[in-house]
Amino acid sequence: MTTPAAAPKRAAARGRKGHGKFVAACLLPALALFALFMIWPTINVFRMSFYQWSGFSPEARFVGLDNFTKLLDDDQFIRAFQNTVALLVVVTVVTMGMGLFLAAVMTREKLRGRNLYRFVLYIPNVLSVVVIAAIFSAIYDQQNGLLNGTLRLLSADGLQQVWLGNQKIVLWSVAIAMVWQSLGYYMVLYMSSMSSIPEELYEASSLDGATGSRQFFTITLPLIWQNLRTSLTFFIMSAVNLSFVLVRAMTGGGPDGSSEVLLSYMYKQAYTNSSYGYGMAIGVVIFAFSFLVSLLVSRATKREPLQF
Amino acid sequence: MTKIKPLAYALIVALALLIAVPVAWVLVASLKTKGEFFGSPWTLPEGLHLRNYVDAFVTAHMGQYFATSLFVTLLGLAFVLAVSIPAAYVIARYDFWGKSVVEVALLAGLFVNVNYIVVPIFLMLVGWDRSLADVFPDGFFIDNPAMLSLIYAATSIPFTIYLLTAYFRSIPADYEEAASLDGASRWTVMTRVMVPMARPAVTTVILFNFLAYWNDFIIALTLLPGEGKTLQVGLLNLMTAQKAAADYGRLYAGMVIVIVPVLLVYALIQRRLIEGMAAGGVKG
Repeated sequence: MTTPAAAPKRAAARGRKGHGKFVAACLLPALALFALFMIWPTINVFRMSFYQWSGFSPEARFVGLDNFTKLLDDDQFIRAFQNTVALLVVVTVVTMGMGLFLAAVMTREKLRGRNLYRFVLYIPNVLSVVVIAAIFSAIYDQQNGLLNGTLRLLSADGLQQVWLGNQKIVLWSVAIAMVWQSLGYYMVLYMSSMSSIPEELYEASSLDGATGSRQFFTITLPLIWQNLRTSLTFFIMSAVNLSFVLVRAMTGGGPDGSSEVLLSYMYKQAYTNSSYGYGMAIGVVIFAFSFLVSLLVSRATKREPLQF
Repeated sequence: MTKIKPLAYALIVALALLIAVPVAWVLVASLKTKGEFFGSPWTLPEGLHLRNYVDAFVTAHMGQYFATSLFVTLLGLAFVLAVSIPAAYVIARYDFWGKSVVEVALLAGLFVNVNYIVVPIFLMLVGWDRSLADVFPDGFFIDNPAMLSLIYAATSIPFTIYLLTAYFRSIPADYEEAASLDGASRWTVMTRVMVPMARPAVTTVILFNFLAYWNDFIIALTLLPGEGKTLQVGLLNLMTAQKAAADYGRLYAGMVIVIVPVLLVYALIQRRLIEGMAAGGVKG
């Protein structure tokens, strides 16, 4: 058995003739597509943010940082930003916390029907966001929805709400749908990292009299810490995106912009308003914001890696 | 954890119900007549009102959209595998000029969500259509399902290569050496020895990309604005129409049409999907 590091050298040493051509033939199609449809558009987001452009007229006017200064005075943008941050914080804390707890319980306690629960809890992750939005529209529907209908059945009419039509509630309704969608995925992800922790560690600490919750904090959590960090970074990136697709399909940002998030506002500026330059300035903010948050999270959670 | 065990158990059961009940409810509701939607949502339909499905498939064109989605998804998978497998293999096994740049760029690509860059992609395609207006007066790039497949494939290249490269690296080089000693060409070594050995990783990649392509609606909404929609966009239109007309039956039937293929695939391959997640772990 060779080590992975030694393998490429040996394979590369297999003969130089034609090596370059073979590598190029294998690599270039993928790189060309990647450059054309990912790198170039990404550069364009940044470039276009300095222009005022309606998209269809040929002339784009260079305006420097004007788009960005305008953003600072745009109340709708600020609200979209606040909503995005609020959703990120709430959904991340709830999903991560519950996901870890459920994964620990599912792995440590031998629950009956464990595989069935795992199967069911993972279902939302394979459903499309449009389907999830439609399901939640059915749940939240004012007259015939599952939620209000059930409340009426329980004669708790006073608790009925216009779940997607009330400016104060709509963001929470979106947050619940986001947790519903992502909880199972993170539970299964943590279950798979927890299941690789050797059983002996728990047995030894049980002999020392450690309780389940103590074991969770002294054994489980430190040992899956690296996986947790990685998943947290990706969770934040995907939550920024999920909030957008869900809002786009479920509320359209309404009522009156109260559930607008950064990406949906960008999309709205670009397509509905045809202010492509302005939209792309929002895009730059989104890039910078996701990058900074990931960096901060990664710094804040840095620990010495532990081995078992 | 013995003390909290009953509590935790109750929580898990409750969460499972919170997921299973709405999904099951949609299946049941898709069989209701229009009148049965009013009143309590928990009443069961009196008969199997299959009319909703006919409405969804034919009147709302969901059958046609289904075909478009299937075409776009399969073609996208073909594209992404055709370009990513050789690239991942070469990155895993060969040294070449600029390799570290390529690797860093692809890694950075993992962090760029398609939805961040959909506007420039759309404008680029519009620009291409405009400059080709003499050859294709009706446009070629926008409203072209094959183009949508290509965009799906291109934007999932970083994830696909990341996962495949990791797997190729874990395969010992001995197999390739034996094959090339037997006189196999580089191409034969790759296609006949390495790709079959990497089948688990290829399956994982197909699964995740299938879900991503099949479930996307933002890109499809942007790049196929005309009549030829995908299933997700069709469903979105049904949602909008239902809000105006309170025509629930057709919407729920449409949802079932979208959900059932995915649930079937999931039920068949859930073990592999969950194993693949442990390996890839990055797809949100």
